[in-house]
Amino acid sequence: MSPRSIILRASALLLLATFIAAPQLFAFAFEPLTVNNAPAIYNQSSLLTLTVSHLRTVFLATLASTVLAIALAIFVTRPAGREFLPLSRSLMNIGQTFPPVAVLAIAVPLVGFGEKPTLIALFLYGLLPIFENTLTGLMEVSPRTLEAARGMGMNARQRLVQVELPLALPLILAGIRLSVIISLGTATIGSTVAAKGLGEVIIAGLQSNNVAFILQGGLVVALLAVLIHDGLGLAERMAARKLGRSADEVS
Amino acid sequence: MPTLRPTLHLDRLGAVIAVLIGVALFAAPFVTYRANRIVAGEGRLLTDALPPAGVTGVLIVVLGVTLCAALARKLLVRLGAAALGLCVIFPAVGWSAGFVTPSGNTFARVSPSVGFWLLALAFALLAADALTRLHFGPWARLAALAAAAGALALLLLSGAWNDLSLMKEYANRADSFWREARQHLWLAFGSMAAACLVGLPLGMVAHRIGRLRAAILQGLNIVQTIPSIALFGILIAPLGYLAAHVPLAAALGIRGIGAAPAFIALFLYSLLPIVANTVAGLSQVPAAVTDAARGMGMSARQRLLQVEWPLALPVVLAGIRIVLVQNLGLATVAALIGGGGFGTFVFQGIGQTAIDLVLLGAIPTVALSFAAAVILDAVIDLTQRGAHDRD
Repeated sequence: MSPRSIILRASALLLLATFIAAPQLFAFAFEPLTVNNAPAIYNQSSLLTLTVSHLRTVFLATLASTVLAIALAIFVTRPAGREFLPLSRSLMNIGQTFPPVAVLAIAVPLVGFGEKPTLIALFLYGLLPIFENTLTGLMEVSPRTLEAARGMGMNARQRLVQVELPLALPLILAGIRLSVIISLGTATIGSTVAAKGLGEVIIAGLQSNNVAFILQGGLVVALLAVLIHDGLGLAERMAARKLGRSADEVS
Repeated sequence: MPTLRPTLHLDRLGAVIAVLIGVALFAAPFVTYRANRIVAGEGRLLTDALPPAGVTGVLIVVLGVTLCAALARKLLVRLGAAALGLCVIFPAVGWSAGFVTPSGNTFARVSPSVGFWLLALAFALLAADALTRLHFGPWARLAALAAAAGALALLLLSGAWNDLSLMKEYANRADSFWREARQHLWLAFGSMAAACLVGLPLGMVAHRIGRLRAAILQGLNIVQTIPSIALFGILIAPLGYLAAHVPLAAALGIRGIGAAPAFIALFLYSLLPIVANTVAGLSQVPAAVTDAARGMGMSARQRLLQVEWPLALPVVLAGIRIVLVQNLGLATVAALIGGGGFGTFVFQGIGQTAIDLVLLGAIPTVALSFAAAVILDAVIDLTQRGAHDRD
């Protein structure tokens, strides 16, 4: 990483952290956008609480979808699950045509308002990219590599854990990153069904016609998403590099 | 884990489908009956949801389909069975609505319930599996889509579903339904067309000039990362300012809240797939091919239009497919900022906890994205085939 990009990232992170921790410092920038003495900074609950619960929702949902998606991808690439492989691929294709909002909206009448429908929508929708990428990663492991592993006396389980999954790791991580980004957005919309999260600021602004709220909510969510996307991208590159090095060591 | 192969072939997927169907028929309500639109509903099992003759008919067909799923190996037979199952349960649920509603009662609402959706899911799985393994060509896939759309249109136009709550919600707002439908399509397709006008030339420039490429793609990548409603929110402030201070903008209908920020946000989201795929499509044209074209005395313009562009087309179309499916879905969020579209019904439905109103917005959205995906996949296959023929 060049020094310039490190400085850029660090200052973006610092700006976001300061805004979340002490939004009043920035009130002067948002005041011109308000009318009739409306508050310039969202004051119904603290931005910090909202950020934490937003991230918590995304984290819990992504954790659950990662575990299930990877397990499913492993299952359909084993002999016992091969029969489900073609179907699972087309289901993934079909699933992607469902907009996340629709999943969220359909969950509400079933489980009520609040955190639950958001978690369900995030979990279901988060499965798709992780499953797809894990599947691609596992299928791309060359048969010759597997043959070599078999020749070394590895059993099916060892081949999976020591060869296939490590080789698929960069793609799996890319899938998780996609999933997290989609979840961050869907969790924002989750505020329309009363889940605690940063979308609350934007929705409150839309309802009370306060452009200052809309803008600060939008900026915080956007900056958060961009930084998380960037951070996960770094983790991926590190994993890929580590993988490359260990492959070199073997050869 | 070693498994014993029975002499009679038992399909694993078929077994899963049979379990789903078993639950759907005997343990889950087929329809939900509510005394009016607001109150909680009570489930009715299939056996109580239709007159005895209807119950017998549906049971025979469904059990027949289950047998096919579990035992039949011919893919066309499995596909036919799934289609038959769907063609029976869809009208049946409409019939059930008429049967369950006390005659003359205009307040009662009947909606398809878990049992119906499980049956539909089971048959759809069976059909999807058969279709995937049949490897239909593009024309056959388009024909299958047309047949499905035709069957759906027939179902809705025949009035077989008029007693269902979903259609009552539609009947109450038929005018606004079509208005929002037009708005939805305008948002999705209009922003895509605008993104093509800008993105295709931008992609060609990025392909030629390496230094610009990284900057353009990185910038668009960041835009793509921003969640939709955050981007809408960020655009509302400057657009509101523009509307207040530039009379021309206001005269053009640009306002802070409404369709304008949604349109611009969808346009921005569409740029990345189009530009990135144009670059990818153009750079995969083999250098030997362009050299040969140059050797034949083609000008740069002729090379672009007659050689590079046709070869890049399938990849560019794949980008357009991503954009279209993405836009049709994201346009639902536009309703939150007053931009209209099918999302209007989704969010109204959330507010009133009326699932049928949510479905009135969600089903057309999903159907449109699905149809767009199938059609563009077929077109991509056809252009690929064209490119290969030219080789």
